[in-house]
Order: sequence, then structure tokens, then C-alpha cells
Amino acid sequence: MNYRQAKTGKLMIEILPDKCDFCGCCVGVCPEDAIELKEAEIFVIDPRCTNCAKCVWSCPIEVIKFNKNGVPV
Amino acid sequence: MKNEYDIIVVGAGPAGSMAARFAAEQGVSVLMLEKDRDVGYPVRCGEAISKAGVEEFIPSDDKWIAAKISKFSFNAPDGSEAIVDFGDAGYVLERRIFDYELARTAAEAGAEIVTRAYVNGLLFNDGKVSGVKYELNGEQKEVTAKVVIAADGVESRVGRWAGLETHIDFRDMESAVQITAANIPVNQDTLYFYFGKDVAPNGYFWVFPKGHNKANIGLGVSGLIGKKKSALSFLDDFMNKHYPNAPVLTKIAGGVPCSITLDKISAPGIMLVGDAARQVNPLSGGGIASGMIGGKIAGTIAGQAIKQNKLEHILTYDKAWKDRLGKRHETFNRIKEGIYNFSDDKFNSIAHSVLKIPIEKRTLGKVFTTALINNPSLLVDIAKVFVV
Repeated sequence: MNYRQAKTGKLMIEILPDKCDFCGCCVGVCPEDAIELKEAEIFVIDPRCTNCAKCVWSCPIEVIKFNKNGVPV
Repeated sequence: MKNEYDIIVVGAGPAGSMAARFAAEQGVSVLMLEKDRDVGYPVRCGEAISKAGVEEFIPSDDKWIAAKISKFSFNAPDGSEAIVDFGDAGYVLERRIFDYELARTAAEAGAEIVTRAYVNGLLFNDGKVSGVKYELNGEQKEVTAKVVIAADGVESRVGRWAGLETHIDFRDMESAVQITAANIPVNQDTLYFYFGKDVAPNGYFWVFPKGHNKANIGLGVSGLIGKKKSALSFLDDFMNKHYPNAPVLTKIAGGVPCSITLDKISAPGIMLVGDAARQVNPLSGGGIASGMIGGKIAGTIAGQAIKQNKLEHILTYDKAWKDRLGKRHETFNRIKEGIYNFSDDKFNSIAHSVLKIPIEKRTLGKVFTTALINNPSLLVDIAKVFVV
């Protein structure tokens, strides 16, 4: 299995775009500016992410998961 | 649309629209870019505001007033309800119409507005911000400006690209979820606030009437709480308990940055306004009026700087904001820190004490004084910002 690569190794932050409301909480708390958010499109910029999980804790509607096993490509 | 403007405003919320308007009123060229297809929508907001906060900017108009407010209702965990009557002094807005009207005033002043324009980077000249990169209709474009005003909300990315420290501590981020529901039979002139660890730990849960028994209902939770339980889960619990069968007309997430203003909200070529600058009242979480004030100050200063051909004048914005509201927000923040982690027992005992004050003598100042009676230094702060 191939995994997406964050700045600190395997990417563990997984945004579920189908459930996302595009509110921007995660973008505001991200210390690395590692989340791209358009009107109705969101994704992690893998090489910037440090898996710090602040976005996970700040998502009001539980659409960002911390995937310990890593996010597959 | 040109390739060059005096001022570009990124984001068309209340702060952006007021920045655009007050800049354009001075005869400089202004372009306001909005990421979404609609100005004013989606609404990520509790929508309550004081009448004075609105009327500094636009005459009251029934088409964007969902409810006229004259009372607060504070609800303690044990069910005690303390009502504070403050006269005819507030509104719950229809933000989807209100924001349109604010943008209209910017347009009338001469600002150009483009929606679905996604700003994704800045241009620099000699180390100074000199414009923005953006995507429109699938095409990557650039437009230059003497000053960029970032009104890009809670995300506040434009400021970071300019080198300002804008990311918000996850503990200060009130991650919110709200619904507009029908068949909520509450008084249409009252804002309801609920407190307690099971309802809204370290914050409050709101039920704000929107006319015809519709209500804006929601809460924000700090990232510290969100680690264990999400805002959505608290909202579901509240609705199941109080209004299990209420039809939900909208349900949406949002974020409120509940901190004092950023240390630095201007730099050569760039100014931050509204949520992007953290110009939110940290106690109430209200940011519409203060964002509009930030936008007005920034737009005015930016317009002056261009007309006088003294671009360094924009750096006076930090102090102008601090003098108008920034220091006041620091006072509100100290009060918030005094009360935010009260226990349920404490909230109950405050409510019982407030209920002993005759209703005609109850004021917000008295409520906070009752809550913080054992904290003399904060009583001074309360006297600064409330009529006691």
C-alpha cells in the first residue's frame, strides 16, 4: 500500500470532503497553512502537514479524522 | 475589470464591504473579490447585533431584521432563568440580505465586486505586497494594487502570505455549528443563552429568534473541548432534549476566533480587518459590528494613504483600531477569562443571586458584577465596559 507523505512522514490527517461544510475552522488553526479551501473543495497540502491534529480538534462537525495507519494514496 | 487598482479587498463580508466602501468614498479605485458565488451566503453566524452597531453604517431596514430584541434570557444548568430587559436595543439579522445591502453600499461608493474569485496568493514588489493572484472561472489571474485589505475571515491566509502571524490558537477557536429551525416557540424579542458543562462548556449555547417562531440555534466549542466532543454532538443533544421534532431549515458549521486582536494588523501594502484580524468581541463572540468598524477604519486610512501618496500611513491603522475598540476587547477578554470555566454550581448560584435583583434594576453590568463579585480587579473592568 502507498501512503500520502506529510512533512513528518506518513500523512495521518484525513478530511472527508463529502461531509465537509467548508467553514474554514481547520484552515484558521493550521499552523502550517497546510489546508487549501475553495468554495466547495478542500484538501491537505501534504508536504506542509505535520500531523499535529489541531484541525481534527477544531472541526465542529467531525469530518476530519486522525488516521493512525496513514492515508493511502 | 482592470489589471490594476489602488486597493483590493479580499472577502465581501461586513468587514470587507465596509473597507471597500470607506476607501471608495474617497475617490480611489477599489476591487473587492469574494470567494463564494454569493455575497452574504452561506451564513455562518448567530446574527445578533446591537442597533447602535448597525446604525453607524446603515439605516435600520425591516427587510434584513428578522427579530427586534429587547431582552436577554440567561439559563443556568439547574433550569433557573434570569431575564435582563435592556430596552429596544438589538436585532437578529437576516445576514444573507444584510451582507448584500452592505456590499451594495460599497458598490454605490464606486467599488467593483467580483464573486467566485478565489484568491490563492499575493504579489510582491521589493518585499512589499503589491497585489493578489486569484482563480476565476478556472483561470489563474493576477491584479496589482497599492494596498491589499485582507477580509478573508477566520481562515486569515492572506495575512500569513504577507508574513503576519495570523493562525489562531486552537484553544481560542470557537468551532461552531448552528441550525435555523422552525416551530421554536420562544419569545421573539428575547435572546436566550444557556450555560453549563453539558450544554456548552466554556461558552454558551444560543437560541436567537428569527420571527414567526423560527430560530437560529447553535454553539461554539473551543478546540480543547472539541478534542473530546464536537460542537455537532452538543447541538444534537440540545435539540433532542428541547426540540426533538423541530424542522431544520438549514444546518451549517462555522468558526469564531475568540481572542484579542492580532499583535500586528498592518504591514507595507497589507491591512487585516474583521475575523481575519481577530476583531471579535472575545466575551460575546460578536464580530459583525466590530468587523464593520475595523473595515471602516482600515478603508478610510488606506484611501487617505493613496490620496496623499503616503503609503506608510496605512501603518497607523494598528493604533487607530486599538484606540477605538482593540483595548476594549482586551477588557472583554479579561472578563471572559474570569468566567469561562465556572462550574455548573457557580452558574446556578449566580442565577439565584441575579433573580433576587428586581427585574427593573437588572442590567448586564449587574449580572457580571454578581458573577465576579469575588474578583475585585475584574469589577473595575466591568465598570469600564458596562453600565453597572
